[in-house]
Amino acid sequence: MPRFLPKVAVFALFALPLAWLASDIAREIAAPGSALGAEPGEAVVHELGTWGLRTLLVTLLISSVARVARKPRLIQFRRMAGLWAFAYVVLHFTAYLGLLAGFHLDTILGDFIKRPYITMGLAAVLMLIPLAITSTRGWQRRLGRRWRQLHRLVYPAAIAAWIHLLWLSKVSYLDAVIYGTLLAVLLGERVLDAVRRRARAVVRSN
Amino acid sequence: MLIKAPAPADARPSEITPETVYRSRRRFMAQALAGGAGIATGSALALPSSWLEERAFAPGADIGEETTPERLATEYNNFYEFGTDKDDPASHAHEMSIDPWTVEVSGEVAKPGKIGIEDLLAGIDLEERIYRLRCVEAWSMVIPWIGFPMKKLIERFEPTANAKYVEFQTLYRPDEMRGQRGFFTSIDFPYVEGLRLDEAYHPLAIFAVGMYGKLLPNQNGAPLRIVVPWKYGFKSIKSIVSIRLTEREPRTTWNVSAPHEYGFYANVNPMVDHPRWSQATERRLPSSLFSPNRIDTRMFNGYDEVASLYSGMDLRLLY
Repeated sequence: MPRFLPKVAVFALFALPLAWLASDIAREIAAPGSALGAEPGEAVVHELGTWGLRTLLVTLLISSVARVARKPRLIQFRRMAGLWAFAYVVLHFTAYLGLLAGFHLDTILGDFIKRPYITMGLAAVLMLIPLAITSTRGWQRRLGRRWRQLHRLVYPAAIAAWIHLLWLSKVSYLDAVIYGTLLAVLLGERVLDAVRRRARAVVRSN
Repeated sequence: MLIKAPAPADARPSEITPETVYRSRRRFMAQALAGGAGIATGSALALPSSWLEERAFAPGADIGEETTPERLATEYNNFYEFGTDKDDPASHAHEMSIDPWTVEVSGEVAKPGKIGIEDLLAGIDLEERIYRLRCVEAWSMVIPWIGFPMKKLIERFEPTANAKYVEFQTLYRPDEMRGQRGFFTSIDFPYVEGLRLDEAYHPLAIFAVGMYGKLLPNQNGAPLRIVVPWKYGFKSIKSIVSIRLTEREPRTTWNVSAPHEYGFYANVNPMVDHPRWSQATERRLPSSLFSPNRIDTRMFNGYDEVASLYSGMDLRLLY
């Protein structure tokens, strides 16, 4: 089996929701009202946002599984997952700017200031930008130790994304509870891992 | 039959007669020729499917705005008793049985009682009302309802001098209403809504039994709901089983759930934003992908004739 095959397969997996949505959009454009319901713009923004959060959680999940199941080779997929998460989040943000706010600057600035859930979403987008830029091997080398520190920004970004979801939920918190539980487990695993490392370091230094 | 003249706040009448109007006009005339409508016999506890056909009703006045396609109005709406997604009501409302259906009238009335739906509606003239519906979520539709002024029914029960408010309650039957079984919802069932009595007595406030020339589908609040077009949609409570006249302001569901977001009055007001979104504009459905079909929201949803109900009140505080 060629070495690149697993990566191509994983790439295709991440692209699937986008391809699905693209086909819905194509059908919607061909026959308005046929594929995306009564509020197609809203549906597109919602779908992209949902997949942004999901892929972000998958990115965090990869590191956890690699540690817990002792499969360090899984890490090779992490960069791709993270970049897909960034792609969905940026598309989500762009769709909001265009389809919902109509690129209307007053509306957008008003939203950023007055609507806390949008402010929170914006914070998540901004935190992810430096991570996407420095995702290359070159940047990894150049930043050295500091690369790891910088990339811890993914945690506040994921938390902000989750609060964004929580605050926009009108009445049903089921989604927020499901994603929140998963996020808590993933963050908890990291805390545990850090504690264990520290304990081991103490034992060794004795 | 009374055919209401368009109120001053209505947009100018279009020259095109919508399908529902000429359909119901034809039916109206056919029935007038046939010598009037026969009164349905049989169970007084449910509305037989022929109930509406046996009744003549005056067509609604054209408001000069395009009527929302029927499919959209019946397949895209909120009815949290069946789930929180917009297509949940259409998917699950068939699980609710509306036969038999009784309504309890109680509280500050001289003649309380528990009445089967058909007896409740006996002798009441129906009319069509084409109303804008503005959801608190900032989307809107135009829907032809079939109903009658609320006052006509409430007065039959002879409210006492103490009656200042009217409180309505939706059916509570978790076996048939899956949304009432959910855990992660912040609202309490049964759903309760209410109006000040003078609001309920305003000629624009109606009980509805039908829409688009037919009986209400379950997902839109069969067999009996209210429609209060100058208030956000959640005030127009569906599938009513209780009408209670009270002296004190009723504790209404959304107001209890999130008092800073949903007031008791909930009048459509472009100047008072929802904490999480602007109410200055609305998306008139159906919208298309690249244009949200955004229009300005009007005070009282364009029904200026209700303004006198609120004179002297600060509608920023009493939102």
